Amino acid sequence: MAEGSSQRVTYDARGLSEPTVEIPRVSQIDGKSAVFDAGPLTTRQINRELRWLVYERGIHDVTITNPGAKHSLGVAILARCTITFAGSLGYFGCGLIDGPEIHITGRVGWSFGENMMSGVVVIDKNAGSLTGAAFRGGDLVVRGDVGARTGIDQKGGTILVGGNGGMNIGFMMQRGRQIYCGNVGPGLGDSMYDGSIYVAGSVKSLGIDCVETEFTSADQELIDRKFSIYGFGTPPMFRKFGCGKQLWNYDNLEPSERKLVL
Amino acid sequence: MCGIAGVIHRDGDADIGDEMTRMLQAMKHRGPDSTGYALYAPPTDGIVIRFKLADANDERDFEFGERLERHRNEVESRLGKIGATVERMEGDTEYAFRARVRYSGDLKALADYLEDVPGCEVLSIGTSLEIVKDIGDAETVAGMYHLGGFRGTHAIGHVRMATESDVDISGAHPYWAYPFSDVAVVHNGQLTNYFHWKRRLERSGHRFQSECDSEIIAVYLAEKMVGGASLEDAMHQSLDDLDGVFTYVAVTADSLGVAKDEMAAKPLVLFETDELVVLASEEMAIRAIIDHEIDTYDPYEGQVLVWSR
Repeated sequence: MAEGSSQRVTYDARGLSEPTVEIPRVSQIDGKSAVFDAGPLTTRQINRELRWLVYERGIHDVTITNPGAKHSLGVAILARCTITFAGSLGYFGCGLIDGPEIHITGRVGWSFGENMMSGVVVIDKNAGSLTGAAFRGGDLVVRGDVGARTGIDQKGGTILVGGNGGMNIGFMMQRGRQIYCGNVGPGLGDSMYDGSIYVAGSVKSLGIDCVETEFTSADQELIDRKFSIYGFGTPPMFRKFGCGKQLWNYDNLEPSERKLVL
Repeated sequence: MCGIAGVIHRDGDADIGDEMTRMLQAMKHRGPDSTGYALYAPPTDGIVIRFKLADANDERDFEFGERLERHRNEVESRLGKIGATVERMEGDTEYAFRARVRYSGDLKALADYLEDVPGCEVLSIGTSLEIVKDIGDAETVAGMYHLGGFRGTHAIGHVRMATESDVDISGAHPYWAYPFSDVAVVHNGQLTNYFHWKRRLERSGHRFQSECDSEIIAVYLAEKMVGGASLEDAMHQSLDDLDGVFTYVAVTADSLGVAKDEMAAKPLVLFETDELVVLASEEMAIRAIIDHEIDTYDPYEGQVLVWSR
């Protein structure tokens, strides 16, 4: 969209939508880096400012101060760039990203990094439930705790958690890796199809079809590398969990044959 | 969807009317249909009764005003007949009233006698609890009921997106735990064994003001506490007895607690210091009353947390 133009939104949820949003152009730009204060801006203003900087001004290093736990910030950034959120994000932050390196100095709410395709995200504090839902690639690092159903339907990439995890971690996970330095709640890896979950602390209970599997030197190498990259220090001892492949979807029947049987 | 919020000042008081309004307004997108408050002022000798004589969206026929006046007088008369001394009675709207009375008798008898007046619904009775709820967002309701400047120790609030019952005051949260003094609840979620517990509690003599599942929680907790359980014990027990997905906040005259179901399916974010605990469905509501950078966390599945003053 050209500078100065506005978008017309016809849906108005009882006065909650923003039918007309101009790019605020409030950033302080210094060469290839920029910083702006999100405190007085709405979600759409923040995202439009960010996209304007990255896509139209070619800025590759953006710092956003006072995000104030607003929802849906930093979504759908499909460029190689560095973004720092100096503060906390609300729900659905940084979803659908492909390529950026994002640093969040605070905490994030539910469904952070949903459908993330590539890049690196580091969160200094805690993350809510459903972190990395349908996560496809890249590294998602949470230095604190994560909530329930982290990595639900994960399809690739690595989720590294410095603290504890909630219930149903890796629920219906399909590929990729999750690493937990602390404890995890009940139902670990419930109905997972594939992928690996590493846990250093206690596991309250395993989910359906999740089993402990052999921890190999390749697993140790992976963990050592991730710990080194993200400054996690010396890795503790981990156990590895994966799919037992005993659920009905692993039998030899084709869907059409199953219909006949059932 | 709905949004819930709570704040407790563990040492001292504050303008909880303004605090809760700012928190709830920040979550308006979670439920613009109605907004409710349970506000706790420092306890006094008397009791405060909040009641309504009609709903906000009741049809205004030619006799509406006259009928309300007649019913209001009848409530005042019945308060005298049952042995309560009315110190003050005032209306915030044409249909919602606040009575400050002195009364030492049975609260159930009092509530039942007042609710026998046509259209009367007792929203709360307590030595410090006052429940205010109406249609509209937080700023609208706070303006109608003059809640700015309400000083108190703790409060809970709710913004409602009506899903299973009408957009009206009866369906709005918080719910008072009839007929128990100073107990209230707000809830985000759905109870799937609602009818089981409703029938069971009705057999114990309780009545319900609404068709809303959330009302069950308030009465359930109060009954357990009357039976000797602490708020925390009652809330732990509720995790076994109540089915569904829920996060709820319960309050008494001196405590505030939160419980999260075993699926952790409904959000809640917490900020806690020695002096202050603030919680809400969304962190932006907490930040509406705290202007500096804070550390927050989510309670885990099956967790019960209670703070007392």
